[in-house]
This record gives sequence, C-alpha cells and structure tokens, in this order.
Amino acid sequence: MATVTATAPRTALPGFLRSRATAKLLTLAAVAALLAPLLNARWGSGSWPHALTVDLSKPLASASDWVIDNRDSHPLFLYFFGYISNAVVLLVRAVYLTLLAAGWAGVTAFGALVAWRVAGVRLAAGTAAALLACGALGMWVPTMQTLALMVVAVLASVAVGALLGLAAGLSDRLDRALRPVLDTMQVLPAFAYLLPVVLVFGIGVPAAVLATVVYAAPPMARLTALGLRGADPEVLEAVESLGATRRQRLLTARIPLARKELLLGLNQTIMMALSMAVIASVIGAGGLGDRVYQALASVDVGAALAAGIPIVLLAVVLDRVTAAAGSGTGDAGTRHRTIGRPYALAVTLGVTVAVALATRLLGALEWPSGATLDIAEPVNRAVDWMTAHLYSGVPVVGGTADWAGHFTTWVLDPVRDGLQWLPWWSVLLVVAALSWLIGTWRTALTAVLAMAAIGVLGVWEPSLDTLSQVMAAVAVTLVLGFATGIAAARSDRVERALRPVLDVCQTMPQFVYLIPVVALFGVGRAPAVAAAVVYALPAVVRITTQGLRQVDQAALESARSLGATGRQQLWQVQIPLARRALLLAVNQGVVLVLAVVIIGGLVGGGALGYDVAFGLAQGDLATGLVAGAAIVCLGLMLDRVTQPTRRSAKKGA
Amino acid sequence: MRFRTTLTVAAGASALALLTGCGAADMTKQASPFANARGSKTVTLSVQSWVGAQSNVAVAQYLLEHKLGYRVDTVQVDEVPAWDALSQGRVDAILEDWGHPDQEKRYIDDKATIARGGGLGVTGHIGWYVPTYLVRQHPDITDWHNLNKYASLFRTAESGGEGQLMDGSPSYVTNDKALVKNLKLDYQVVFAGSEAAQITQIKQFAKEKKPFLTYWYAPQWLFRKVPMTEVKLPPYKEGCDADAAKVACAYPHTPLQKYLNSGFAKSGGAAAAFLKKFRWTTEDQNEVSLMIADQKLSPQEAAEKWVDSHPSVWKKWLS
Repeated sequence: MATVTATAPRTALPGFLRSRATAKLLTLAAVAALLAPLLNARWGSGSWPHALTVDLSKPLASASDWVIDNRDSHPLFLYFFGYISNAVVLLVRAVYLTLLAAGWAGVTAFGALVAWRVAGVRLAAGTAAALLACGALGMWVPTMQTLALMVVAVLASVAVGALLGLAAGLSDRLDRALRPVLDTMQVLPAFAYLLPVVLVFGIGVPAAVLATVVYAAPPMARLTALGLRGADPEVLEAVESLGATRRQRLLTARIPLARKELLLGLNQTIMMALSMAVIASVIGAGGLGDRVYQALASVDVGAALAAGIPIVLLAVVLDRVTAAAGSGTGDAGTRHRTIGRPYALAVTLGVTVAVALATRLLGALEWPSGATLDIAEPVNRAVDWMTAHLYSGVPVVGGTADWAGHFTTWVLDPVRDGLQWLPWWSVLLVVAALSWLIGTWRTALTAVLAMAAIGVLGVWEPSLDTLSQVMAAVAVTLVLGFATGIAAARSDRVERALRPVLDVCQTMPQFVYLIPVVALFGVGRAPAVAAAVVYALPAVVRITTQGLRQVDQAALESARSLGATGRQQLWQVQIPLARRALLLAVNQGVVLVLAVVIIGGLVGGGALGYDVAFGLAQGDLATGLVAGAAIVCLGLMLDRVTQPTRRSAKKGA
Repeated sequence: MRFRTTLTVAAGASALALLTGCGAADMTKQASPFANARGSKTVTLSVQSWVGAQSNVAVAQYLLEHKLGYRVDTVQVDEVPAWDALSQGRVDAILEDWGHPDQEKRYIDDKATIARGGGLGVTGHIGWYVPTYLVRQHPDITDWHNLNKYASLFRTAESGGEGQLMDGSPSYVTNDKALVKNLKLDYQVVFAGSEAAQITQIKQFAKEKKPFLTYWYAPQWLFRKVPMTEVKLPPYKEGCDADAAKVACAYPHTPLQKYLNSGFAKSGGAAAAFLKKFRWTTEDQNEVSLMIADQKLSPQEAAEKWVDSHPSVWKKWLS
C-alpha cells in the first residue's frame, strides 16, 4: 500500500497535522480492536466471506434476455431509446455525408481556415498538414468516419455537460448532488462504460456515440459549473445594479465571464472523446479505431500505427486549436476587431465550398489512391528487429522476457498473494487508514464502502489481483515519472526534448501499445503493467515538472542565498513546496494506470479486465457488468485513497 | 458566444430528433450511418477478430465490389454480439460461425430475424497443441495421459509451479478450465486475452524452440509458420460436452456456417445470392490468411491475388 500513497510527501506534513494523523490512526486502531475479533469469529479471516456476497448472475441474465426479447416491441425502446438511436444515426450520417461531399481538399481548407481564425497562421498550417497526413497514410475515409462520430459525440457531450454545468452553477443543491457523481465519472476506466450501453443499443454507432458522451460530458459539466461560480462578484454586482434581470445577468455577464472555463471544458471533452474513439471500436464504432483494432488482430503493429497516427494528429490539432481559442492569444484577438464575425464565417464557408466544387469539377473528390505512404512495413521491420534482439539472451542485463519473468515472480506474485492472504477486514482497515490520513473521514468512508461493495459483488479475489497489478505499475510509474519530472524541471533542454514525446504518448490510443509489449514481455500480467506504465508516465512527468517549476521563486532564491546546494534546494525546498502537485501526480497516475491495467486483460492481465472483455465478447452481462461494477468501485477506492484535497478540474494534465 | 451557437446546434439536433417521426422508432431496424454513402448499394459484413474470418470477408468484399458493383463495409464484432448485430440488421452477414446453439435457437427458431446461409465449406476444429519440434524430442507427449509427466517443461512465471496451458481470446469457445480439472492435470490455464497476444507469444516461443502447450484451432495460418501437433484428449462423443462443468472430452469437428440477416436474405438481390453460394476449402482460406497475416499484405491485396489465380472457384459463386 505504501506505493500508492507515496510516503515521501507525508514526512513533510507540518507538526500539528502529524499529531492529528496520530489521533486518526489511534481512533481507527481502537475501532479495529473492537470489530476485528467480532468479524473474525463470525466470518473467518481469509478471503471475503461467502455469506456476505450477493449473486447477481441470475437477475442480470434475465434482464439481458428481457432486453433482447423486447427490444423491437416494448414502448420504452420504440418511443424512447429508438428515437435517441435514430437521431444519432441521422446526425452522424449527415455529418459524414457533408464531409465526404466537401472532399479532402474542402475539409482541409475548412480546418485550416477555422484554425487560422481562432489560433493564428502557424496552427492553421499545422492543421492542414495534419489532415493531409491522414490522407497520405491512406486513412482518409476512416478519418472522416471518426470525425463524423466525434463531431456528434462532442456536440452532444457539450450540450449535456453545459446543461448539467448550468444547473450546478446556478443551484447550490444541484451542485452538491452532482459533484460527487461527476467526480466519480471522471475516474472511471472507459472500458467499464461499454457493456451497459451495448445491452440497450446493441453493437454499432449509436452505442459508441452514447458511451463516448457518458465518458466525455463530465469535464464540460464540471468546468461550466466552475466558470459560472467563479465569476467576479463585483462585475455581477455592477450588472445587477444596472437593473438586469436574472436571465440577462446569466446571458450577458456570467456566461461570457466563464468563457475561458467553457472553452477549457470543450478542450477536455474533445480529448476524452478522442481517447474513447478507439476503445469504442470494441462495440462497433467503425472508423480509425476499428482499423487499429483489426490491425492488432493480425498482429500488424505497423498498420495499427498507420491508423493510430491520424488519431494522434487529430488530438494534437484539436487540443492546440481549442486551447488557443481558450486563451484568446495574439493575432486572433486583433483580427476579431478588424474582421467582423459573420464576415469571417462567410469567407470560411465560401472558400470551403469553392474548394470543394473545384475538386469536384476536377474529379479529385476522393483522396488520390497513388498518393499514399506505406509506413506499415518499415515499422513492422523495426518492431521485429526489436523483439528479435531484445526478447532474451542479451548479455549481462538479460532480455526483456527475462525481466518480465523476474518482475512477475518477484514483484507481482508476492504482492498479489500478499493481498489475497490478508484477512478481508484488514484490507478494509488499511484502505480506511490511508484514505483518512490523506483526506477526510468522508473520503475514507467512500473508499471503505467501495472496497466492501467489491466483496459483496463476489469478485474479491480478481479485484485484489487487479489491485496488485495497479500497485506495481504505479510504483514503477512514480519512480520513473518523478525522476524524469525532476530532470525536466531542472533543465529547460530536457523539458523541450520531452514535450513532443509526452504529447504523442498521451494521445496514442492505448490499444496500440498492447502488441509491442506482448512481443517484448510475453503474455501475462507483466505486459499489462508495462503498457500501463507507458500510458501513465507522461501525465506524472508533466504534473511533477509543472509542480516543481511553480515553486515560489522567492523561496528558492532565499535558499540559494543561504548557500544551499542544488540537491539541497531540490529535496528541502522544491519537493516539500510542490507536495500538492506531487500528490496530484500520484492520483492521476493511479487513475490512468487502472484504465490501462483493465485493458491489459486483452494481453493476459487476467482478473477484472479479462472478465469485462469476456462479458463483451460473449454478451455475458452477468460476468461483464459485475466486473465493470467492481472496476468502478476499485477506481473510486483508489481515487479516494490518493486524493489529498479537492481535485483540480483537469484530467490527465 | 460560441457556447450559444453550440446550444443552438444542440437545440436543432433535438428538434430534428423529435421531427423525424411521431410513430414508433424501431432501432432494431437501423443500418450503419456509414452505409450507402453517395447512393451506392452497400453490404455490411461482420469480421471476427481471427484472420481466417478476415480472409472470407476480404474475398467476398473484393468480389462484391469489383464483380457486382457493391460497396462493402466491414465491422469487427465478437462472435456473440455479432449475432445480435445481425438480427438487428446492423450487419448483413456472418461468413464463419463456429456453432452457437443458444443464439441459433433464439434468433433463427424463435425470432426468425436470422436466416441460415449454408456451409462455408471449411471444417473447424479446436484442440490442444504442442510444437512439432517438441514432439520430436518427446514422442509420447501427444497423449494427454503423459501431460503431467511433462508439466515442468511448460512452467512460466505466469503459471507458477504448474505447467502453462495458454488460452486465447475470451470470445472463443473453451472448456479448458473444466478439462484441466476433470482430467486432473497439473496445469494452469493462462488466458492471453486476445488472439493477437497469443500468436505473438507462440511466435516468440517458437523462435527460441521453447516448449509450450496451447489452445488452438484449425484451419489457421499459423500452422505453416509454427508446425504444431495436436495432443490427443479423450475422444469426443455426441453430448459429452453438454454439462460445461463436467466436460472431459475433446472438442468436436464443426462444419463452419454462414448466417444472413433474414431481411437481407430475402431482398438482398445479387449480393445475398452470392453470399449464399460462397463456399471454398480450407486450403483456399489458408492461402489468403497467410498472405494477410504473414506477408502483411492488406486484405484487399491478398484477396485480389487469390481471385486472380482461382477463377474457377469463384466463377461458380456468381452464376
């Protein structure tokens, strides 16, 4: 458990806190001393007692049968879900046909013009280059399918998120009710959302869009509420004194004042929707995600990468453009005044239509089939070389497969067996102690209840297996992440060199990592852990670097003037002062690691991830939903255990 | 302000949703939004994750597009969800099914939303396999009675003190856990979690000539790369696998089947007629699979190569 909490920052707690921590621990010890013998006598002290589980497989199986039998006749489906599904299909189709009608040149022109207007010339060039690269990789049509799906999903997420955010921003009661729900939704692995949506909507685009909306709407809601609540009271006062009605106040003052948060929300929503685009291919989303998924089925890393790169490009471009719109930087602001809004919009549309018509007349609406670049083969050759030379038998250090074997035998096995050996009530106790020490009694209660729910669902053992993988991966991630983050914080050159790598690692669909890690580490839990480390590392590095860099310069200066060496400055000033950022890094690391360890079920990670994959693959609601619920509980528990104070609004830095 | 535009769009979208009709909206009769773009006739085929299924689809796709003038969409769906998608018309056809009695009863007999499309011509078989180089060293390893004697050979970090029996994707039919228990074998079933992971691992083992025992199935292109020999399990008898917990016999030989959405089967025109006639041999399928998975040709290229060299086979499907 020590790995999850990062003991280093705790030593930096001020004295009075430490004594309060002792008090908390003593209280818990007393409770434990009272309860443990009782629980022990009643239910024994091994794994979670069977008497305390609820078997949900029968009711879930019959619920699943009911849905399948009534899907084409029951009014609930005909008059409610049917319409939602129809609307999604219609909208996606409309967007897709528009994109196809605009052709590659039209879409590129439109994208570049929009980027130019909101973010300047450089990003416009970048956008055009990125879109053309998608075509050059031979992925134009899948890219448009993904884009169509994304447009609809993002619009729906923004609409839902903004409405919820508006409600939470205006009403305190709703805010209190929504906040824990949104907090929780943000820490859940995307994989856990898929099954319930598939059950109702079946495999296909509607299910994919809805799963994406559920996943991507929470940040919009949180940031909308945050923006509305953060409006400057003096401005509001002034507007009120001018006699504005409530409605006018909202529309003319509060919403415009929250513009920055709203655009940040849009940015976050787009990023999360894109990361879902690939996972949703498991339930029939089509497009780029499906290409990645199909390529991985034939162990074709090169082809998977060819489909993964457009996703990364889209993500980077959309991220930069929306971020620029949010900060309203540079020449975009000046042009605001020189060229009026409607005028610019008309020009953009006019140019797009002209370009589209021109290409149509030239008969070049579809991407020229000769102009594609085959990257699959060189990539595959590189991967083959790596696996051939690194897998085993490397002198002195041993091959990657040997490392994986040692890691499994010496780290994963002992941690898992240790966790499973612990009496069930002591696991709850440890969870309570950790979360109470770092957070409040509320977070502790949530964490303990979540852990207990896992036991009640009857998946105690696999959950602890997953937990052991998460702990091992988090430990590795933190060691590597803190080291890299410290290096980057101390040297500008390192940071500059790292930034593009981090960008790519973070936006690369998790699925693309899975096959290379198998080739390097074999099948089992080790590759799952490796993929999780690669995925979570960028966020941890980033938050660490930012945290260390934001340390008060005055404090550093005074330390320096006292003659502290570089090492002393780091250990005694920067790290203690950046404690909150480091804890946030731990928290983010845990959340991201969990998401990938679950997907690791697809490369032999077993445990809960395998159960979810099994449920999806076999349409077995009982196994899949129970495992999904356990993942939710595990995520909730891990988040609460590592959550120092109120979390920051951003996810994944 | 952009926010307001978004709201307008969202409002427009919901209005559109309400205006699309006032009657019932049956979402089980919905096509993919990517289908029939620009007025072309489209067929949607389900591709399962294994390469053999990709070969069927690639060749069917090639012929549909180049000889019959259809546009073909493919969707990757796991086996059981594919049945559901087929019954809803999200997918028009499944070209290779390994036998799902529950689904057949529900969708063909009870709901009549799926129609049988005849046999694929390929017979599938699941079994336990060891690499042939291992059989040369230990000829008696191909009998399950001797597996316990060799368990130590198959030990890995993942299986701990017991031998490792590697299983694949969660979507595949497997009785392996029950088999290991009922035959009292000192083995641990390790789930690779996906076929891709399993193949990658098998290739790595084979490269170093290490022993391994794996759940595998024929026809499969990997046999040509890594020769494997089946381990004889107690023979299969009709009904011996009826109780999933008590199975102690080998897997059956299954003639693979095609299934069509019943609406598509009736009114699918030339495409439906073609898919019903589509029937080839194990060798044909393997040839295409090997081109896709090992020579890394794209499925389209592989299909084109095969079609060019086997006109006598596919001409029959079009007549």
